[in-house]
Amino acid sequence: MDNAIAWVLLFPLIGSTACALLGMVNRKLCYPISVLSMVAATWASVETLFQAVASPTAEVSYIFGGWVLDLFPRGVGIEFRADLLGALIALVVVGVGLIVSMYAKLPVEKETPKKEALYYPLFLLQITGLAGIALTGDAFNLYVLIEVAALTGYGLIAIGSNRAAAATFNYLILGTIGASLYLLGVGYVYIKTGTLNMVGIQEVIATNGLHDSPTMQVAFVLIGLGILIKMAFFPFHAWLPNAYSSAPTTTSCLLAPLVTKVMIYVMIRMVLTVFGVEFSFESTLWSEFMPWLVVIAIVCAAVMALAQREIKKMLAYLIVAEVGYMVGGVWIYNYYGLIGSIFHIISDACMTLCLFLATGIILRACKTTHFDGLRGLFSKMPLTMIGFFVGGFSIIGLPPTCGFFSKWYLITGGMVAERWEYMVVLMFSTMIMVVLFFRLIERIHLAVSESGEDLGKGHGDLGLTKEQTKFEEAPLSMLIPLLLAASIVMIIGIYNQEVVDQIERFLAPFNLPKGTGH
Amino acid sequence: MSEAVVIGSITPTVELLAPWVVEDVRPLVAFLVPWLGMIGIMWAGEKRPNLRETFTLVAAVIQSTVVLSMVPVILNGAIIECHVWQIFTHVPLLLRVDGPGILFACVASLLWIATTVYAIGYMRGLHEHAQTRFYSFFALSLSATMGVAFSANLLTIYIFYEMLSISTFPLVTHMQDKNARTGGRTYLGYLLFTSLCLLLPALSWCYVWLDGGKVTMDFLTDTGKIGFFTEPTQIILLVLFTFGFAKAGLMPFHSWLPGAMVAPTPVSALLHAVAVVKVGVFCVYRVYADVFGSEVLAKMDGEDWMMMVACATILISSLIALSQDNLKRRLAFSTIGQLGYIVLGATLATEQGMGGAVLHIAMHACGKITLFFCAGAIFVATGKKYVSEMRGLGRKMPITMGAFLIGSLSVIGLPPLGGFISKWYLAMGALDRDAAWVVVVLLVSSLLNVFYLLPVAVTAFFRKDETDNESNGIKEAPWACVVPLALTAVGCFVLFFLSDPLLRLAGIKD
Repeated sequence: MDNAIAWVLLFPLIGSTACALLGMVNRKLCYPISVLSMVAATWASVETLFQAVASPTAEVSYIFGGWVLDLFPRGVGIEFRADLLGALIALVVVGVGLIVSMYAKLPVEKETPKKEALYYPLFLLQITGLAGIALTGDAFNLYVLIEVAALTGYGLIAIGSNRAAAATFNYLILGTIGASLYLLGVGYVYIKTGTLNMVGIQEVIATNGLHDSPTMQVAFVLIGLGILIKMAFFPFHAWLPNAYSSAPTTTSCLLAPLVTKVMIYVMIRMVLTVFGVEFSFESTLWSEFMPWLVVIAIVCAAVMALAQREIKKMLAYLIVAEVGYMVGGVWIYNYYGLIGSIFHIISDACMTLCLFLATGIILRACKTTHFDGLRGLFSKMPLTMIGFFVGGFSIIGLPPTCGFFSKWYLITGGMVAERWEYMVVLMFSTMIMVVLFFRLIERIHLAVSESGEDLGKGHGDLGLTKEQTKFEEAPLSMLIPLLLAASIVMIIGIYNQEVVDQIERFLAPFNLPKGTGH
Repeated sequence: MSEAVVIGSITPTVELLAPWVVEDVRPLVAFLVPWLGMIGIMWAGEKRPNLRETFTLVAAVIQSTVVLSMVPVILNGAIIECHVWQIFTHVPLLLRVDGPGILFACVASLLWIATTVYAIGYMRGLHEHAQTRFYSFFALSLSATMGVAFSANLLTIYIFYEMLSISTFPLVTHMQDKNARTGGRTYLGYLLFTSLCLLLPALSWCYVWLDGGKVTMDFLTDTGKIGFFTEPTQIILLVLFTFGFAKAGLMPFHSWLPGAMVAPTPVSALLHAVAVVKVGVFCVYRVYADVFGSEVLAKMDGEDWMMMVACATILISSLIALSQDNLKRRLAFSTIGQLGYIVLGATLATEQGMGGAVLHIAMHACGKITLFFCAGAIFVATGKKYVSEMRGLGRKMPITMGAFLIGSLSVIGLPPLGGFISKWYLAMGALDRDAAWVVVVLLVSSLLNVFYLLPVAVTAFFRKDETDNESNGIKEAPWACVVPLALTAVGCFVLFFLSDPLLRLAGIKD
């Protein structure tokens, strides 16, 4: 199918309309519709990826409405372009969407009762927006899709508890500021280049020699700042932890793995495709101090994660730290760093998904995600715990999970670029993650309170009743998506070479520095 | 199967020795058998303990058989390879069986059988909880150990090394109480800190810079490539690698080992005297022998410092062991000292020294596991943990204490026991490179071994328990505990008299 790239968006879009309409007739129809449309979208996305891999230019293009593009500067029509990077990220978005949509049935029934007809359309629109961001080839269209994703995101979070409404308001303010900054930047770019097509902008910059243009530099800073706010880069992270920890389970499972990662994709897209390597890195204005901001971001986020006593909050701060990893991978300006960054987008999406899915199950079983309520969970739900710790080991970076390989490339990049501060901070945060996850393992596995008193009588007595440690695994509709996510974490790790090959093919034209050897 | 190249004593240089390579899945089978065993163990569960333990035993026996079946091939001068999967474009996850590897694998898998029998007696004797979890992770640890023994390049060995750290954590924290938490924290804190913060940067450094980023760091073909770096870089890498494999227990990264003694005795016996710590020293040996290679080492100064660190570890740990009253802790410090011997042998960078190091892996394993088995058997039979409580035990538990005496003598290094041979070659290796002071260290340390090991047996046999009223009913531990320790004690003799194949595997004899 030639226009598979359009169907990636259209399936969820149609699905969401169908959910909204049929949901009014019967609420029970929403769940199957959303799963079906996600299956279809995943298929379209896989097809797009295969098309991009097979094409000699390594990209697929589709012009909406058939508006003709002028040759130079590229004109009005909205182009959807899936190069290998875009196609990979779109597949991650849709794949995560599929797994979460399978998982959604019970949590949605429980946490937002009788609102299925509201929830599922928003859920599918969110995926439409995020997948669109990954596939669009138009800078203004990107803004529209960012807003689609953001607005549905506000709805998806606020639909839960009252506490969520306050967090959403916070998110809404910051999100709007970020999006406005981005839009302002795009305005400057349009003034200067006369086009909104991403490749078109790059062509104009190259032909007209706009590398030193102050307008373009201001535009770059505005766009960059907007994106950093949207991706919750450290000083701008304030919206994220509350929003994700107070949102309904399914919402946090969908948003946490995707929203920040997709914005990092946007940053890479802007840096490489739109403004170009030369413009973005050779100008010393920002490329010198960005790695230092990254160092501060990772250290602060990791330390704040350490201070949390609640799994969802802890994971939220972990996401902020991981954002730092990926931003750093881009700004150390190095071939391996960028491979690491892009690979980390993919692997971080998978492992965050894994962790949030497991957390949802824990919340359902224990009624709390506070550290104190976790004791004895291994005997109660061993499979869920295995899923949780596969995600955790991947965050720490233990082989053969995918987290190890992305960290490997990031460290390699820091080494080749001689950015020792970045390497040291990666090590530091790795150690913090070890502490975070093994502290959780201790809480689950041992009968010791936080202050170090024995709670049981020794010999494996956890100080719990038989009832509390009885084997009671999660329902299959939640367990299967979790195990699926956990196996994806392992599979991407084991077959990391296949993914990295495509990333390398994508990066080949940009002539990034590879290091010369010592 | 690639072409055979005749190996002769005429061409002793490493470059010309391209051994005969056999493609075979047996190394992979040896790695996977414990996984299957684990599935069986979990399926049988707490409700069918006999079936569960049968699965463990069968897995151990099959693994040993597979490993032993490879020995003749290796003795014929061939090596076995098994390509599993491609980690990076140029780095495969490759399993390769060579002399030192198979020697280590044999020791670990054969002692796993003994430990399984012992564990059945021990765990049932003490009515331990969560035995299914215990046997499952035990099997997993042995799988990782096989992986390390058969790894063919640095990245592969690193992956299995990490797998071992994680899979032993539930064993160390088996008691699930306060002490377990402290022990577990020390254990993982040391091991993961060193492996993630020292080892990983050193690894990426090698993989990034050597051969324009296309290096495999294969133990056979890429030996000595590290000489491409400048001298200071080489020294930094050597230090990072040596301390990064903290399972080797080199000071100052040794405290995890006494901490890990909170685990049940079978764990201390097999993992913290054989599998885990030997994986550490084996990795260090690989780094010295097959990553740096003796030629590069001969040219650099840093290696002398590492030799001194190893000697310091040997002496200091022996001195600490003298002051320990808790028997298992005393043995733990003794282990740290003996691991120092192996690292020392690797740093000597002479053929006999490195061969001695490999031999000591086997010799010390057999002796030390006997000692741990005895410590556990005493605990099962009497509940006693401290050396000072063991007066008069020799008469009530003659087999156990006799085995303890034999194990002690082997660790001390007296003929006709296995420990003598490895110490002999270590000393010869030291003399080969004109480091006579190392021989002095070895002698002093042997003397210290005598001082901290023999008093245990002496107390048990010759000092009378004043509070003894002949009717407190102390007798030997269950047969499942006693038989394995008797067998390993006999093993100490066997290793001395049948040392010829071992010497050939360790590369000392052709």
